[in-house]
Amino acid sequence: MSNLAVLPIILPLVSAITLIFFNSKVNISRKLTQIFSVISLLVSCYIVWKVFTDGTIILETGAWVAPYGIILVMDSLASLLILTTNLVATVCAFYAPHAGLEKKESYYFYPFFFFLITGVSGAFITGDLFNLFVFFEVLLMASYGLIVLGGGKVQLRESLKYLLINLFSSMLFVTAIAFLYAVVGTVNMAQIGERVQEVEQQGILTTIGILLFFVFATKAALFPLYYWLPKSYIVPNPVISALFGALLTKVGIYSILRVFSLIFVYKLELTHELFIWVAGLSMVFGIIGALSTNNIKLIIAYNIIPAIGFILLGIGTFTIDGISGSIYYLIHDMIIKSVLFLLVGVIVYVAGTSDLRKMGGLIHYYPVLGWLLFISAFVLAGIPPFSGFIGKLLLLKGAFASGHIAIVIIGLLTSLLILYSIMKIFIYGFWGDKQMLGNLEKKSTKGLIAPVAFLLTFSVLLGVGAEFVYPHIDSIAAYILDPQIYIDSVLKE
Amino acid sequence: MYKPNDLVLRTTTSLIAFILLGFAIYLLLAGHNSPGGGFVGGLLTSGAILLMYMAYGMEVVKKIIPINFTLLIPIGLSFAVGTGLGSFIFNVPFLSQTFGYFHLPIFGEIELATAMIFDIGVYFTVVGVMMTIILTIANDQ
Repeated sequence: MSNLAVLPIILPLVSAITLIFFNSKVNISRKLTQIFSVISLLVSCYIVWKVFTDGTIILETGAWVAPYGIILVMDSLASLLILTTNLVATVCAFYAPHAGLEKKESYYFYPFFFFLITGVSGAFITGDLFNLFVFFEVLLMASYGLIVLGGGKVQLRESLKYLLINLFSSMLFVTAIAFLYAVVGTVNMAQIGERVQEVEQQGILTTIGILLFFVFATKAALFPLYYWLPKSYIVPNPVISALFGALLTKVGIYSILRVFSLIFVYKLELTHELFIWVAGLSMVFGIIGALSTNNIKLIIAYNIIPAIGFILLGIGTFTIDGISGSIYYLIHDMIIKSVLFLLVGVIVYVAGTSDLRKMGGLIHYYPVLGWLLFISAFVLAGIPPFSGFIGKLLLLKGAFASGHIAIVIIGLLTSLLILYSIMKIFIYGFWGDKQMLGNLEKKSTKGLIAPVAFLLTFSVLLGVGAEFVYPHIDSIAAYILDPQIYIDSVLKE
Repeated sequence: MYKPNDLVLRTTTSLIAFILLGFAIYLLLAGHNSPGGGFVGGLLTSGAILLMYMAYGMEVVKKIIPINFTLLIPIGLSFAVGTGLGSFIFNVPFLSQTFGYFHLPIFGEIELATAMIFDIGVYFTVVGVMMTIILTIANDQ
């Protein structure tokens, strides 16, 4: 018994409730948000340390034993993702006061912010399929609120689409859980895993697995189901875009990783082969989208899709290299996507436009901003010393070993085009004459650059310090590949 | 100007609203052992308040019930989360619950459970959410 596992859910929830009371006092809200998010970050650091020294923390809520109550499983993977989530949230909390939200902040911005973190943390920790659905709804409700906050015309249009798609996939999620419950008679993930293993995933179970994949693929924006994502991610404020880009799709891909490494692992030639092709197609279509536009926000938003494709590729190959590559890439991508969204937010703010053709010569006025973007482009594309490289190397190694040469080539080409799509922002936005800026006056970027640079440091450290990080990731991958460890630690038989 | 006379509506409302409120409290308290609970109790309470709004109008009800309903949401959530936080104090798993038998002056021997506090939290949240939704739409011009 340890209540430590519930803290990443409870702390943001308490923060959100407290902040509702201080809604109209914006200055106090800002300070409280920063204090609360730093506390959460420190607690999650402690949890990671605790999990990596003492092993998985299992919390049986309400003192009900394993398959009967809701179990919170804080294992090594979940704890790392919690840490990353809190890191991104803390940076966003320090960025938000300078991001020009003004009026929006007094319309429950910070409570929504913390409810979103509550949902994401809960989805990472829970060991119960229906509870996972509930936390999905918590984070989606908060994201509906955040996306429409401000009430612009474009926001209303995009939030309607976003809401309809997510409502539909949530409904499908409930249906899939109902089917699964009818077949195996439980919603506890460890027990489902055990029972699916007993019948070796016959007939209907694979169908339910694919149905669940369809649900999570919609949330994670994979190949045929990504059409809702790009436009709806660029309409809100950059802080909100960064939170969405870093967290929401990653919860979907994390659920795929959990469900298809714990429960549905007995028909690999059917399910996981499908993943590899979906992954390849996501890469191709995502990067085509990123190349097709001159809107810098949209370029970043489209770049989420190939990244999710890469993570899915690792899950599809289902080798130790593939899975550790997936986990590495997942953490790397959570950080770098929020960095890019926040950076692009600054660029749009100083240039006054998000159209690449109307920019130029920004490097003369904002050198730090320019070089930060330059480094993050390298990190994203996977240039050797940085974190994108190790993740991709492992992923492609896994894919190569399992004999999917075509996908390896697609992956490499996609990386090249990812680099091109981000460098396009650098080349057209930052190079060029001073005159190209016209009569634009220099705006202050005070308070906006520091949080982003702080976050980027972690991204660089993740790559440079791979020697230190990789063994841990490798042990997580070994743990993920053996579902029996998870089942035994939860059911304690 | 023609002014509609809604005497019948107002008279029955003042009667029915109290029956509704009483029934809502009954549902809230009975939830442990028979159908009911915080959710349906909250819905019925907001139904009663809504009926008063329809019969008497905004100003009158605001005077009778001077509550900011939006503030009920965080208060209700605090109750619900508070029952969970208690587990940190008593060093038991999160959301553990307990009950005891108490001797109260009028009711005599009754069973009180901590799950009741959670239910009250749900009750307040539901009333807060329902009234916020209805009043926001109603006030919108």
